[in-house]
Amino acid sequence: MTAFEYAPAPESRAIARLKPSYGIFVDGEFRDGRGEAVKTINPATEEPLAEIAEANEADVADAVAAARRAYDGSWSRLPGAERAKYLFRIARAIQERGRELAVLESLDNGKPIKESRDVDIPNAAAHFFYYAGWADKLGHAGFGPNPRPVGVAGQIIPWNFPLLMAAWKIAPALATGNTVVLKPAETTPLTALTLAEIIAECDLPPGVVNVLAGGPAVGRALVEEPGVDKIAFTGSTSVGKQLQRSVAVSGKRLSLELGGKAANIVFDDAAIDQAVEGIVTGIFFNQGHVCCAGSRLLVQESVHDEVVAALQERLQTLRLGDPLDKNTDIGAINSAVQLARVRELADVGEAEGATRWSPTCTLPDRGFWFPPTVFTGASQASRIAQEEIFGPVLTVLTFRTPQEAVDKANNTPYGLSAGIWTEKGSRILWMANRLRAGVIWANTFNRFDPTSPFGGYTESGFGREGGRHGLAAYLESEA
Amino acid sequence: MSVLLSQPDAASLVASALAEAGRDDASLRRFLHGLPGVDQVGAEARAAALATRSIKTSAKAWAIDMAIRMVDLTTLEGSDTPGKVRSLCGKAVRPDPSDPSAPAVAAVCVYPDMVPFAVQALRGSQVQVASVATAFPSGRAALATKLVDVSDAVAAGAAEIDMVIDRGAFLAGHYLRVFEEIVAVKQACGNAHLKVILETGELVTLDAVRRASWLALLAGGDFIKTSTGKVSPAATPPVALVMLQAVRDFEARTGQVRGVKLAGGIRTTKEAIRYLVMVNEVAGQRWLDPRAFRFGASSLLNDLLQQRHKLSSGAYDGPDYVSID
Repeated sequence: MTAFEYAPAPESRAIARLKPSYGIFVDGEFRDGRGEAVKTINPATEEPLAEIAEANEADVADAVAAARRAYDGSWSRLPGAERAKYLFRIARAIQERGRELAVLESLDNGKPIKESRDVDIPNAAAHFFYYAGWADKLGHAGFGPNPRPVGVAGQIIPWNFPLLMAAWKIAPALATGNTVVLKPAETTPLTALTLAEIIAECDLPPGVVNVLAGGPAVGRALVEEPGVDKIAFTGSTSVGKQLQRSVAVSGKRLSLELGGKAANIVFDDAAIDQAVEGIVTGIFFNQGHVCCAGSRLLVQESVHDEVVAALQERLQTLRLGDPLDKNTDIGAINSAVQLARVRELADVGEAEGATRWSPTCTLPDRGFWFPPTVFTGASQASRIAQEEIFGPVLTVLTFRTPQEAVDKANNTPYGLSAGIWTEKGSRILWMANRLRAGVIWANTFNRFDPTSPFGGYTESGFGREGGRHGLAAYLESEA
Repeated sequence: MSVLLSQPDAASLVASALAEAGRDDASLRRFLHGLPGVDQVGAEARAAALATRSIKTSAKAWAIDMAIRMVDLTTLEGSDTPGKVRSLCGKAVRPDPSDPSAPAVAAVCVYPDMVPFAVQALRGSQVQVASVATAFPSGRAALATKLVDVSDAVAAGAAEIDMVIDRGAFLAGHYLRVFEEIVAVKQACGNAHLKVILETGELVTLDAVRRASWLALLAGGDFIKTSTGKVSPAATPPVALVMLQAVRDFEARTGQVRGVKLAGGIRTTKEAIRYLVMVNEVAGQRWLDPRAFRFGASSLLNDLLQQRHKLSSGAYDGPDYVSID
């Protein structure tokens, strides 16, 4: 061996403790749903992982009724300090089963084990810890002396961070005294169902948390169920729009966390090596399946060539392959449907005349794979500069002045996140005041913390998750 | 930082532009302060991310042997004796007497007065004799004294000289003074290779590390080296990252591969392998070579040998099976 070739370092699949079949979790009981039985597959190999007995509309009604009984019965009146004990218990249990959850997440989702191990699972536990701390302090959170819970929350989450999104939704809802019916994404139900197991082991009263596996029909039924007081949705903008229409004038409260097309803005005085890292983290973290991904690189014209060359050199070192290998940087695309969408938009980019570039890498024969891809020479009018691709595809645009950077960054129907790279503090503040985005990172990107609110403007949705702000979605203020 | 050169003569143009940088204090300052900044938080995060690489089985065996070949086996104590130096030299040539397949280290590094003993003991081997000089470790002496220190060591047969820069002058912004001192030492070295110790523990910020790295490279240092080993912190992952970026970028602009030596505080195989991962992914494969990357260490070698033995035998035999130095 003449080169430093990293030997395979796979995490054992047995750690995931996969079961042949999974059902739904309603009123404290695990049972088969009465809907379709579908197989959830490993996107890295296309092999089936387990059979899921999905919910049907009757199951949705059962779950909502169970959540209502739990809400009226005890949960909403339980002292905050008591609710906190349950949340702390869940947080600890997630940590204890962290390795199992990480492997399971990587199997079902296709993301690299290093990300599920170092980002998804620890952050999920951190959210429960964080909101456990709020549960007995709600009277001091700025919502009046005695804020009330909203009631039964219907929560629908996406496939990109299955367990983490479940934690983002469940933790604040429970801390504030609501009960929950959660629907994970159809392609990634396993960690949410394992979380249900954890919740059952933590002895939460039956019905406080219900988990329904299923597809769009189950989601629709949940949204339309009259017993639901609040809908929290994370997912695509098109589904978000439908959802907002269907809850109109129903009295249901709604929070939406939708798509994005974030600008990652690099000035010529930036710390270039770190900016390159930030560009990589911004768009290639989690295969670009991140709503706040920095999918548009806005780079100052005077350093365009230098930054692109350094970026390309850096991308050559990314390791694409088996998600369970601890050295894998880029995993699989979550589904055939998503892969088709990424391919289609990348082809459009090429047809529109932008220059397509990918590092040399071999894609596995089976499974859903797409190489990290960079488009240069694109224009603001290109579809790849406007539409959310939700894959490992970066579109590079240039600017000359800070004002032009702001104008281009804001020229999108979305407004979820943005990144600013400059060594000049005053410029960071100037930019941040003008960028229309819910989250703005300075000299970093894609950093998440439960104490920090997250959410968007316009077609990226409304409402905030995380931090004190995240409580508002689940509380009725009392004057 | 990396500039891709498209024309054949572009390299020499860049080289002459770089040579201009050393013309006077103002040019040097302009050049060094014109380098992109280093974001401390980002550099630390990148170093930490690289440390999560999992190097197992065949990759680990390869890395251990490479690390052994990169060791500058060092003793720099007031209490050093000719006997200790001879013993160290024996170990340098054949680190594991029970296993002839264990490679020799790169060099033995000693104080100038110990050079003759090392030269004698290493005669006929591939192991180089390196000597610290220039009033190591503080560098607090007149230039003339430092140059005599260097020529003595070279005359005694040292093939590599590890000099220290004048950190006071660097931090005070007297870049040209530091530059000229390195140039003078390089000249006194003759054919000996020059490693320039930046003493990054005294430079503190990564911006200063980047500037000092470029200063040493521009002045003709063959290697840039983190530390004397006498100041804490010595080699750290973020400092190594910035220095590797400097040689990578210097190569991109000039075509010349200059080396990096990490010294001080690296004691375990695990740390050494993490640094090799960093070399591999930041500077590139060309630096995975004892001619371009070194570890200045003493106890590291024993840990590498123990891990090597464990990989081949499956059992860890403990510290009594390697020689203490």
